Formats: sequence, C-alpha cells, structure tokens
Amino acid sequence: MKQPLLETRGLTAFYGDFQALFGIDFSVGEGETVAVIGSNGAGKSTFLRTITALHANGGQDIRFVGEQIAGMGADLVHKRGIALVPEGRRLFASLSVEENLLIGASGGRAGPWTLDAVYGLFPDLTTKRRNPGTALSGGQQQMVAIGRSLMSNPKLLLCDEISLGLAPKIIKDIYAAVCQIRDLGTSIVVVEQDIGQAMAVADRIYCFQEGHVSLTGTPQSLTRADIAKAYFGIDQEETV
Amino acid sequence: MVWLNALLQGVLLGGLYALFAAGLSLMFGVMRFVNIAHGDFIVFAAYLLMSTVVMAGMNPFIGIGLVVVIMGIAGYLGQRFVLNRVLGKDILPPILVTFGMSIILQNALLEIFSADSRRVQTGWLETVSIQFNDVVAIGLLPLLMFVAALAILGVLQWIFYHTALGRLLRATSDDAEIVPLMGGNNAHIFGLATMLASGVVAIAGVLLAMKTNFDPTAGPSRLLFAFEAVIIGGLGSIWGTLAGGIVLGVAQTLGAQIDSGYQMLAGHIAFLAVLVLRPKGLFPRTIG
Repeated sequence: MKQPLLETRGLTAFYGDFQALFGIDFSVGEGETVAVIGSNGAGKSTFLRTITALHANGGQDIRFVGEQIAGMGADLVHKRGIALVPEGRRLFASLSVEENLLIGASGGRAGPWTLDAVYGLFPDLTTKRRNPGTALSGGQQQMVAIGRSLMSNPKLLLCDEISLGLAPKIIKDIYAAVCQIRDLGTSIVVVEQDIGQAMAVADRIYCFQEGHVSLTGTPQSLTRADIAKAYFGIDQEETV
Repeated sequence: MVWLNALLQGVLLGGLYALFAAGLSLMFGVMRFVNIAHGDFIVFAAYLLMSTVVMAGMNPFIGIGLVVVIMGIAGYLGQRFVLNRVLGKDILPPILVTFGMSIILQNALLEIFSADSRRVQTGWLETVSIQFNDVVAIGLLPLLMFVAALAILGVLQWIFYHTALGRLLRATSDDAEIVPLMGGNNAHIFGLATMLASGVVAIAGVLLAMKTNFDPTAGPSRLLFAFEAVIIGGLGSIWGTLAGGIVLGVAQTLGAQIDSGYQMLAGHIAFLAVLVLRPKGLFPRTIG
C-alpha cells in the first residue's frame, strides 16, 4: 500500500493531568480530503495542535512523508509543508490583510500560491488589501486566515472549524474555495462540527469522542445513526 | 524668553529620553517582558564608549560603531541563551532575572571603573551653539543628539512598517503563539528584537556618555525616565514614545527653571498627570 502523507500512531495529548487524546491512529493520503468530526471537547483541535507542535508532542509517532516530525518545533513542521488554519482565525490585528497574507510566506516554500493566486481564489479580499485584517466581516477574515496558510504552499492544509460563526451562504463560499484548493492537489484535513458539511466534502471521516476515534469510514459507508452514536456516545434509538 | 529657552532645551532633552524609551518599549511590545536592567545596559554602553574612544583612543565613529555591534550581538545572545529560558505566561521570572542582571552589572562596573563620575568629552562640539538672542541659544551637541534620536526612531519606524522583519515583529507582538505556524521561530525572533533594542540602547548610551556625567549606579534613574516616556506616549507607538520623551524633557527643564530641585519632581508630576488624565498615554496604539 502507498505510504500516507501524514500518519499518527497511538497519539496522546495531555493538559497537565488531564488527558485529551487517547491513542489516535490517523492517516491522510496524498490528495485526500479527510474530515474530523465530533462534539465540543472531543479533542479535535488538540489533535491538530499536537500534529503542528503547538502542543508538545515529543516522543510520539507522527510521520509526514515518511519522516518522523514529533518533537520538532512548530516552525520546522510548518517548513516541511503542514499549514494550520487555527481555530478562531487569529489574524494579526496590527497587520493589514496583505501583510497577514505575506507573513504566511515567511517559511519560504515555493509553489503555486502567491498573493495573486490567493486574491484570485478570494476576489472579495482584493479591495480590502490595505485594511487591517480585523476590520473585515467574519467570512472575509476566514478567507484571510485560509489565504495566509496557503501562502506557505503546504502539502497538507489543516482547517480548524472554518465554518464556525459564519452565515450558511458564506460557509458555502468558503467550502467552494476549499474544493478548489483540493483540486490543485493539496491534501486537506477539516475539523468540523457541521456533519452535513463534513460528509459533503470529505473522502473519509473520522469521528472523535472524548479523545478516542469512535468511528471511521467513507461518507457513503456510514449511516446517520452510526454517526450520531459515535458523535454523542449514546444510542439514539434507545433514547428516542 | 527664559521660559522659551527652557522649553527648547526640554524638547532637545526629550529626544534622548525617547531613545531611552524606544528599546524598552520594543522589548515589551514584542515579548511582553519588562527589562529592569534596561537603564544599566544604557550605562554599560556609555562605559563601552569610554573604554574604546577615551581609554583605547579609537576614532570616535569606529568606537561608536563597535559599541553598537557589541551591544547588538550581546543582546541577541543574551536573549537566546538566558532570557528566552525564563519567558512564559508568568511575567515575574524575567523581571527577577533582569533585576539580578542590573545588580551584577552595576557591581561589575563599580569594580572595573570605580565609583567616580565619568564623562566622554566631545571637545569643540560642547561649546558651539546657535545663538538666537542673549537668552535663547541651542547648543550644537544637544541639537545633533536630538537629530540622531529622530533618525534612529525613523529607522525603527521604517524597519517596523516596511520590512519583513518588522512584519514578523509586529505579528509576534499581536499573537506570538501562532507565529511558528507561519514558519517563524519565536526564539530567533525574540533574539532579533533584543538585538534591535540593544542597538538603540547602544546609541542611547553613547549620547548619554557625551551629554552628562555617569557612574555605575546611573542606570535605574534612566530606566525610570524610559518608563515614564513610554507610559506618557502610550505603549506601542514609536512617535508616541518621542512625544512622551519630549513631554518628560520639557517638564523637567521647566521645573528646573523654577528651582533646580524641582527638575525630577516636575517630570514625575507630568507623568502622574498623564496617568490620571489619559491612562493609556497620549498616543495609545489603536487596533482594528
């Protein structure tokens, strides 16, 4: 079998004495789009933070293109081609839209994503390039956050709750952009609370529950009832 | 006329205070950490200038260049190998460490250079002045120092708003945690910030050495002036820092005009007045 782009085995994470992840086995293939779903506190964001070394991951088993990346600094992980669109967007408030995008290219990876390409993907931003990043609508801020990550020309793009707090119409636009990014060959992991959105975009789904993978499979192979059970940890049919 | 003269001298003095403040403000802005040894670093740079130019007899420009380079390198290394280890959510450890550095530095200077008050003579520069009338006159040295301060602040402003390094420094100031997600290495960026701040500290020390007497214990009062200038101007704005320095300088010289004993007091009163009336300073940084 072909080697996956990113693979974790038995990944754990702790906040002090509190264990947030319990042995996560996870993989993303080249060109694949994977969705991670689960309720609040299931460990989805911690999972992404641990992969990108924002959360300590020394001694774990995280392989990217065959290389062991656990224990590396977040900047080095980034330079190998993993970009994270962080939860809550976290734009740099004192930087303009364009500066926010430019800073995404600090790692110096070359590739198709340039300022022009990002403005091409999100035409709404073109007229806002001199505005402070935080003086935009929520949807536009999310576009800047995605564009900023793309500027590093990642092999793997991790998106943490990019639909959170946005209007349905905007979510549609954002996900249309995600599909365009995927079609250009970037592998994508989306963390979502919106199951419908996740099913629509993903090749494969992982459902997290209290730090464990409670279910995995392709959207076609999973039923709503399976997912509801894996998502909430209760058997819906019994409770209804 | 006497008052106009005092006002002018205060403005010129304010340039120096703004330089004192700029390094402190830069480090606080990028790393959220207060360098208690800031004033002692300034005095250390003044002694370095004395060692190179007066004692070793170097060409003054080479001597100044050497001081800037030494301070810059020491700043980078000190940040990477000492201060980065104590940076974190808790603001107390860096304060304690730099407080310790302050004591060590003062005593080392005392040991090496004795407690005698020193000054770097600048020869004819000190005596030349531009005379407007029999009361109002501007000394060439204070004027040059003010221009130098403006130039340094201008360079800082340019670095911050027109270079990739400046962009990284501002981003780090906004949200240091996610800068590594952009490929930036925080430890290195912090080192560069301190290097830049130390270069400014070096120039501030050079100007201090030429302007006034200094001794190994002169640091803490420079730190106080730097603090006051930063707070008066408002955190995070370079031109605000200049305004803060000028307000402090003018208050001090006007106070001294009333009675030489009021010089320090007047500066502190101006500082308190700004804190009461505009707690965020005259030019607070505006976001969004």
